[in-house]
Amino acid sequence: MTSLDQPTRTSSDRVATSMVSARLPQRAPLMVAGIAVAVGALCLLLGLGLVPAVLIGALVYLVALPVWSLSIEGRRTATDRMMTGLIWATFAIALAPLISLVWQVIARGVPAINSTFLTYSGFKTSLDAPTGVYHAIIGTLIITAGAAIISVPIGIMTAVYLIEYGKKNSFARTVTFLVDVMTGIPSIVAGLFAFAMFTLLFGPGYKSAIGGSVALSLLMVPTVVRATEEMLRLVPDDLREASYALGTPKWRTITKVVLPTAIGGIITGVTLAISRVIGETAPLLLIAGATDITNTNPFSGDMTTLPVLIFGKRTSAGNEDIIWGAALVLIVIVMLLNLVARVLGKVLSPKQG
Amino acid sequence: MTTTKSDLDAAPAWATRKAGGGDAVFKGTAFASACVILLALAGVFVFLSLKGAQGFTQPTEVYQRGYGDSFIGYVLPLLGGTVIAAVIALIIAVPLAIGIALVITQYAPPWLASPVAYVIDLLAAVPSVIYGLWGGLFLAPKLVPVYQWFHDTLGFIPLFGKVATSGRSISTAGVVLAIMILPIITAISREVFARTPRLHREAALALGATRWETIRMTVFPYGRSGVVSAVMLGLGRALGETLAVVMVLSPGTIFTIDLFSGSNTPSIAANVALKYSERSPGTLEVLIATGLVLFVMTFVVNFAARYIVARQERKFAV
Amino acid sequence: MAKSIDVSDLDIYYSDFLAVQGVNMTIRARAVTAFIGPSGCGKSTFLRSLNRMHEVIPGARVEGKVVVDGQSLYDPMVDPVAVRRQIGMVFQRPNPFPTMSIYDNVLAGNRLNSKKMKKSEADAIVEKSLRSANLWNEVKDRLNKPGMGLSGGQQQRLCIARAIAVEPQVLLMDEPCSALDPISTSAIEDLIHELKSDYTIVIVTHNMQQAARVSDETGFFNLKATGEPGHLVEFNPTKKMFSNPDEPSTEAYISGRFG
Repeated sequence: MTSLDQPTRTSSDRVATSMVSARLPQRAPLMVAGIAVAVGALCLLLGLGLVPAVLIGALVYLVALPVWSLSIEGRRTATDRMMTGLIWATFAIALAPLISLVWQVIARGVPAINSTFLTYSGFKTSLDAPTGVYHAIIGTLIITAGAAIISVPIGIMTAVYLIEYGKKNSFARTVTFLVDVMTGIPSIVAGLFAFAMFTLLFGPGYKSAIGGSVALSLLMVPTVVRATEEMLRLVPDDLREASYALGTPKWRTITKVVLPTAIGGIITGVTLAISRVIGETAPLLLIAGATDITNTNPFSGDMTTLPVLIFGKRTSAGNEDIIWGAALVLIVIVMLLNLVARVLGKVLSPKQG
Repeated sequence: MTTTKSDLDAAPAWATRKAGGGDAVFKGTAFASACVILLALAGVFVFLSLKGAQGFTQPTEVYQRGYGDSFIGYVLPLLGGTVIAAVIALIIAVPLAIGIALVITQYAPPWLASPVAYVIDLLAAVPSVIYGLWGGLFLAPKLVPVYQWFHDTLGFIPLFGKVATSGRSISTAGVVLAIMILPIITAISREVFARTPRLHREAALALGATRWETIRMTVFPYGRSGVVSAVMLGLGRALGETLAVVMVLSPGTIFTIDLFSGSNTPSIAANVALKYSERSPGTLEVLIATGLVLFVMTFVVNFAARYIVARQERKFAV
Repeated sequence: MAKSIDVSDLDIYYSDFLAVQGVNMTIRARAVTAFIGPSGCGKSTFLRSLNRMHEVIPGARVEGKVVVDGQSLYDPMVDPVAVRRQIGMVFQRPNPFPTMSIYDNVLAGNRLNSKKMKKSEADAIVEKSLRSANLWNEVKDRLNKPGMGLSGGQQQRLCIARAIAVEPQVLLMDEPCSALDPISTSAIEDLIHELKSDYTIVIVTHNMQQAARVSDETGFFNLKATGEPGHLVEFNPTKKMFSNPDEPSTEAYISGRFG
């Protein structure tokens, strides 16, 4: 710690202050961490649970290192060390639920998974027939595909309008802004909207998969627009101008030059958008209904998706296998989509494409 | 159709005849898509109003099946539940999100920063129904000792009254919501923190500031409004989240500030999911009316958040 | 008590890339030392290694010695934060803190060390620093306005005031005039002349006339060859450098025949 200069002293008689200040050894954080781990392990041995033991260990580290630093290095460095510890701790805290959740789903879901689970519906054709989640997997795929069919063209074309045609005009700015605001619409509101619209148009009690798709596309469109917009912005203007210079009309420039250049990023964005809505539950409760039977007609009758199945079965006893198994299937689908999106994003990125 | 033309549209007359047809159709389609989105947004409002209008003026007994004697009496306790859960979520999530954003932008070495960011993004990918499942069946019982400790040591504060033995309280719902909104707040904070000009950081370092002091002198002032809007977007999400609340909370009928009790009123969204299958007349209309309230509330919050972001972008646009 | 700096066998790396190799020099106290050389020859990198600012870039490290007043800067017991307090720095582009007023900008460094400063003390530091930076008369009536509102040259002088407010021993300047117009440049050059009596000043410049005008000693950096690390070609009093340099390549550079 440098001693405090008297600020009013004139510069000619400044006192040379030393740059050498007492510092903790470079391994100090490691040493304290070691002690903290040891204390935590001791607590574990003394019969405390894992969580309290980890907390005590963390507390030891977060208190001991700053105190040690304060006694040797002074207030400022001690604060810095404490904040470094706290800030890394936030990441550790965020990691805990993710690990716990994934572990729970795997541990409880894996025993439920077998071939009948994935290939039989929830409807028993005879008393001893096995039941499964086939109907919900089919329902999930149909409803999500419906949402994608509605929202992908609308989303991409809107982004094309915003970037290629509407540059800077106030209509485009309004749309961009409202699309951003739309990303925050609660999913239950989307469900209520679809429910209100379809029951007004087709009479009360109306349930169908297409209603669910409409609700989901309301949630999906903004994500698709944003992702596409970002990708179109990355396409250099040189490319567009090169195409115009060849006498290509604007719309062919967009379809033959701009969109193909951005296609990798757009596919990634769309895949991520699908992975977001595939796990949606609330809107489907209201409009798509629930059933144990496999229904492949999106325009009529109840259709169940995996999330709705999990929600519907969670309260009745004896369904643990089904709900955790369904949760595992759902999370695997979502993670696969995420992985596919990232891989596509890497492979098809505009720089290489 | 719009008549706005960008510079690049301008072409000599002899060229436009051949190309014009395709261009007009394509541009029209693109413009129509943008209009569809606006119509959809307007549609949400219109259809909720059409169907929900009757929900504001139902006979008293319809509301009494819920939480009060009138629409106001019905929706206020639900609003209370909504806001309490969201506030708990924010109190937990905001410091964590800021910390993680700092890890990613300031503390982690480059090779570690993107895996850290990826892990946080994974939190956003988990479907809400699975959060609900995990929160209700696994997390809730685990939190009971924590709640008990708060009750024993700080029980004189009215917030920490009786503790539900199942742990399925509004606090647990808040904790689960916090995990769900963490990635949103982190993502936006991270972006604004990363945009802190290197020149400012170096100016602070060259004055002999420690890393934490550098962050306080440059990163925080620069990113303040970005973080505010990130928090509001997180708030919007927390207000509207349905499943995590329904599946975690064991709902009661009276609004209470007992955070650990099992008798809080649910949030608006959760209430819809709990009551939609009741076949009694008038209920659906009331639910849609509450949905309209929720829509307006989240719309305002998101609108404000995006407005702050847009203003910030203009301010720092070079 | 301005300090001299002794550099011996200094190698500077970015990860595995050797950016600057084998620098030996003694920078005199209370004098202006200028570094010149073509772009990318490592003169800024070298300057930043003198107050351990290059460590801000991940993977950057140093081998060799930088000794200030008998103390090696890279000794494990030395805190880089304390080094930077003793050896201040002014950057290429003016970088006042955008959220702070002129007044707070000047005090930014002092506030780090002493949380509670008397108003009168603070006022005195601000006035003295701004006077030393030849900025006082221009800003004394608007000390509470944001620093970003000043012109480029005023901003740069504000940054100099901020750097000298913590009373460092050495002032490093990394092309301080490259973003400024000629009038502001000449104001800064005058200021460097005045500051010389109190501070050891090291300045990197692209402008050879500037080096000739402001410096007492000059170091010429160059790449050994394309892709090779930068090194110090020649280090001599400025007068000798510009009239009768030892190395033919220095003469070639100064006379504009390459670089």
